[in-house]
Amino acid sequence: MYRGSCERKMELRGRVISKGNAEGEALTTSQPISFYGGVDPDTSKIIEKGHELEGECVRARILVFPNGKGSTVGSYTLYRMKKNGNAPAGMINRECETVVAVGAIISEIPCVDKIDISKIGSGDTILIEADVVRIKRKSKA
Amino acid sequence: MQLTKEEENMLDGEEGYAVKKSMEILVALGNIYGAESLIKVGSVQVAGVSYHNLGDAGLQFLSELARDGKVKVLTTLNPAGMDLKDWKKLGIDKEFARKQKLVIDAFDKMGIIISCTCTPYLIGNLPIFGEHIAWSESSAVTFANSVIGARTNREGGPSALAAAFVGKTPNYGLHLDEKRVPDIHIHVTAELKKLSDWGAFGYCVGENAENKIPYITGIDHADLDDLKSFCASVVTYGAKPLFFIPKITPGSMDHQPPKEMITIETRDIENAYESINDDFSTVDLVCIGCPHCSIKEVAKIARMLKGKTISPHTQFWVASSRFVKGIADDRGYTETIEGAGGKFACDTCMAVAPLKGRFRSVVTTSAKGCYYSRHNNMMTKMGSLQECIEAAVKGKWS
Repeated sequence: MYRGSCERKMELRGRVISKGNAEGEALTTSQPISFYGGVDPDTSKIIEKGHELEGECVRARILVFPNGKGSTVGSYTLYRMKKNGNAPAGMINRECETVVAVGAIISEIPCVDKIDISKIGSGDTILIEADVVRIKRKSKA
Repeated sequence: MQLTKEEENMLDGEEGYAVKKSMEILVALGNIYGAESLIKVGSVQVAGVSYHNLGDAGLQFLSELARDGKVKVLTTLNPAGMDLKDWKKLGIDKEFARKQKLVIDAFDKMGIIISCTCTPYLIGNLPIFGEHIAWSESSAVTFANSVIGARTNREGGPSALAAAFVGKTPNYGLHLDEKRVPDIHIHVTAELKKLSDWGAFGYCVGENAENKIPYITGIDHADLDDLKSFCASVVTYGAKPLFFIPKITPGSMDHQPPKEMITIETRDIENAYESINDDFSTVDLVCIGCPHCSIKEVAKIARMLKGKTISPHTQFWVASSRFVKGIADDRGYTETIEGAGGKFACDTCMAVAPLKGRFRSVVTTSAKGCYYSRHNNMMTKMGSLQECIEAAVKGKWS
């Protein structure tokens, strides 16, 4: 009988919003994120009260969420996070909207949308290569 | 999205960093919203000017763009966080003023007119019927779409700037005939007697037409200031930035009233006042000019303030553009208003100035002004110009 860990791999294809490659550990939520007021650009923590990810740090993670919400100033928040070294390594959306798209582009954070985000769990290792998202999940056999 | 050879070159960086970044933004938005191409725009209005909202991140981004970015079309600017000349008079602190000036310097370097007003259509950025434009500032977007019949989506600061550097915007949403169709019929039976009634009416329509385009009947008269106030209110409280009023706004006769209908009665207008008005009597600030006052409004204020004195416990601000104040200076209105103890707040407004913690209560003619003042932890009351001036003189709302 085989014991120990094995890796499951999956590949999804989406649409490039902000081009580039990125690798990191997934931080996944089914709730939209407001960067202006919802994320602290100086600590990289999600601070929106009652959010699934409240208190989580997005720095260097692959942030997986359905879509952005809230003020267009949120684009500048992403830019500030990038300048502070607090930005996510990459972002994956179900359906990207203006605030996140503009924020990702001006901050040069790779971003892909049109992805079935329910297939990505927090802790999965994610590789974004242009429009391709590769998922590696360690699981006990 | 189909790009021309010239647009491809801009995207490849042939015209430098600012144009390249701008093309990336426009192409991404075009793809998200299904635009087939970019279209030329006649003018741009840029929001996101107050250092209060931008912070150091926004300032840094704008400074980087200003290194090689130059606007290709007529571009005007939204209000800043302070009066650019008389900021001390409004109690703005020195460090804020220094940062705000750096923001303005960046815009100036890009070739943008430092108009600092939410009413660009009053100071020379006046599109014509059917013209494609790329504007941010929701009240101005609504005015341009509805009262003028120009065509613009509700841009954010960066996407408006991108359109200015490229001279184009993706062709989707309110640029297209098929998206400029009303989808809710609002019939008003209440009589709209004073300016603040238009703000209250905008509140009612906005709440009932969330993300919809209203077709409004029951109105047979409106002037510029009424519509300016209504535009600010209706979009703040939830509607799309376009409405039709038959015989008053252009293009309205091309449409039939939509099937879904809601009636706004006198009671609804009264309820709007009730939800906007908090319970207080001591008035810290009276602010008129959200959106920025027209010269007609300034003249009215001067006439009503003549021979009166503002309470020493209350500040009275007239928010307007520097251009309108120029006319007010020449006509002697400024002297009358300042003689009574009032102040002009040029280049700025109650929605974007750093007012949090400075005033407990504000009285204004504007529903939008009340919305943003509550965000600044202030108690709010909305009333007619007459009531606002009485409150400023007595220092109390009675």
